Amino acid sequence: MLTFIVRRTVQLIPLVIAISVIIFGVIQLPPGDYLTTYIQQLELSGTEVAEGTVESLRRQYALDQPPVIQYFRWVANIVFRGDLGRSFMWQRPVREVIGDRIGMSMMISLISIAFSWLIAIPIGIYSATHQYSVPDYIFTFFGFIGIAVPGFLLALLLVYGIFSMTGVSLTGLFPPEFQGAPWSWAKFVSMLPRLWMPVIVIGAAPMAGLIRVTRGMMLDELSKQYVITARAKGVEERRLLLKYPIRMAINPLVSTIGWLLPAVISSEIIVSVVLNLPTTGPMLLRALLSQDMYLAGSFLLITSVLTVIGTLLSDILLAILDPRIRFGGVSE
Amino acid sequence: MNPDDTMQNTDDIQNPENTVEQTATEKQLTATDESAKPHARKRARQGRRGEGGAEYEVASQWQLMWWKFKKHRMATIAGPVLIILYVVAFTCEFFGPGLPTYRYSDYTFAPPSRIRFVDVETGEFSLRPFVYDIERSTDPETFRRTYSEVPGEKYHIHLFVRGRPYKFWGFIPGTIRLFGVRDLDAPFFLLGTDHLGRDMFTRILYGARISLSFGIMGIFFTLIIGLILGGLSGYLGGIVDTLIQRLIDLLLCIPTIPLWMALAAALPRTWGPIQIYFGMILIFSIIGWTSLGRVVRGKMLSLREEDFTLAARMAGAKDGRIIRKHLLPSFMSYIIVSITLSIPQQIIGETSLSFLGLGLQPPVVSWGVLLQNAQNIQTLAHHPWLLWPAAFVILAVLMFNFLGDGLRDAADPYK
Repeated sequence: MLTFIVRRTVQLIPLVIAISVIIFGVIQLPPGDYLTTYIQQLELSGTEVAEGTVESLRRQYALDQPPVIQYFRWVANIVFRGDLGRSFMWQRPVREVIGDRIGMSMMISLISIAFSWLIAIPIGIYSATHQYSVPDYIFTFFGFIGIAVPGFLLALLLVYGIFSMTGVSLTGLFPPEFQGAPWSWAKFVSMLPRLWMPVIVIGAAPMAGLIRVTRGMMLDELSKQYVITARAKGVEERRLLLKYPIRMAINPLVSTIGWLLPAVISSEIIVSVVLNLPTTGPMLLRALLSQDMYLAGSFLLITSVLTVIGTLLSDILLAILDPRIRFGGVSE
Repeated sequence: MNPDDTMQNTDDIQNPENTVEQTATEKQLTATDESAKPHARKRARQGRRGEGGAEYEVASQWQLMWWKFKKHRMATIAGPVLIILYVVAFTCEFFGPGLPTYRYSDYTFAPPSRIRFVDVETGEFSLRPFVYDIERSTDPETFRRTYSEVPGEKYHIHLFVRGRPYKFWGFIPGTIRLFGVRDLDAPFFLLGTDHLGRDMFTRILYGARISLSFGIMGIFFTLIIGLILGGLSGYLGGIVDTLIQRLIDLLLCIPTIPLWMALAAALPRTWGPIQIYFGMILIFSIIGWTSLGRVVRGKMLSLREEDFTLAARMAGAKDGRIIRKHLLPSFMSYIIVSITLSIPQQIIGETSLSFLGLGLQPPVVSWGVLLQNAQNIQTLAHHPWLLWPAAFVILAVLMFNFLGDGLRDAADPYK
């Protein structure tokens, strides 16, 4: 098991390097570099730019060097000093600006995934065991809606619906009095009634997909010989379902986390813009609109690396569940 | 005895009850009207088609696919709906009652007009629908503008009316529109107006042209990249295959929306609308070809090993002929399914980015650009008709999904 984990982790290293190259390329795309934008920004606000500061910043980020050296300096700063660069929009190191928000994003994404599983698996099993019943058709229909309606439109429609019915605007994650306040139990509790909205909106699409997958897998399993044999031997229906078919049907759910995670994080970013959540979305958007590229690049890098780690965890989980993968029996 | 009748005889044995009835109708029709005969025959034939029917066994692959497709009821609805949507988008100058940029400055944020058939004052019914004039008043306390109908003044809705001159596709001048009111300044707004007094319905139709064509153009470039890279990967194998597969893995693990956003934000600000449009298509294609590439590669690999490919090769067929005659028809259907399910992704992508202000910008009209006005919850609460573009996005995406689902069932008719 340990060798498997080590092997998978080592395999990820080139992947992470490739990701960082791509993201560095994206940061470099807009014309001009970070410093010219920074100086422009300062001049616009009427501040005199001290030649010394500019020089030291230029040296720190190797901006006078060719891109290859700039890239290595950027990576070295991140790896050895945890320095992600400076955000000129906020006039602070990027790390200070984004710390909280990445955590919130991850929390909401993970809760959404957990929520979608919790709802989707029982519904999928029910749909399969009651195929072509009225609830099955209803769930299938809602599944289609969940796949077809993009998250941000669903958020927009829900916010509008709730506002026009109750007059309460459910945007943001905290009531006004807790915004910017340090974490406390009261703040956490105040968040809970507002948390369900983003969780439902973000969880809707994966939930719809999972219902279809679970239903399909269950139907496949239920028509297999061993189920018929068990039924013929008089095994009680409930026990029969729980013993094997459900276990088999849940297997692909674990293996899909790999692509589920990037999709959920993607959708979280755009939904949080609509719902104005204190997560990465609104800040990434603002950073991109004002071409604050170190900030934007750091967001991209961190979310991508976290996604890769998530994929690794799902691989390990899968290997625990399925020994064939652990011993390299299943390969391309 | 013609072959059709023999076939009927075989069916008689299998399904006596059904056919007796049909033969009866057929005879009746033959007796009364000679010209109705082909129709009756056709109907009888359709009725006879069933599992194990003679026609089922000799039908071509495309025929089988069509029958299978027809069983998926939602897909048969989705097809015509999409055709209508695309025809309207293609000729939006003709279908839209106004101009997308014309500002009715007296009617900003006007609600959707109520189409009436009955005169409120006299109770008279008129077959020709009409709208009443509307009047603006301001609430003295909240300063909110409200519009109320003035029952006196009627504007009738006519077909093929002459409206403000437009240029079809930017160069053919015209004035005729499918429907509208004769008075050019009349407040006839099917879906209300926006903050500048522009007709939402017209704007949504013009937006359909951009948004729906974006789906097609986007998939075109995605398809090219996916076919080439996926095909190479599957056909050559070895190191090329490994490299392309690692590239796909890499692209799959970067969350797409942030990457789209970053690339879209990096498009030069000086670009014109058409450059931005194609720039965005390029961005989506570069990131989005992976799923198609995988399908192509997978199919390529499995088909290469099939018996019929081997047989063709043994019979002396050249590579070109094998690909054209055997491989292409076998995976064409899967490609079509994959395309149908990817088009809505492109449409959603364009809408999301434009909605965020990173994609197409006004004065270009697309569904995403129109939805930018719906971002503020306060505006939305008072002017809910600004959400109409969302309904069109959802309709288009849902229809493509249904169609794709039906096509997926049809893709493998032997199942």
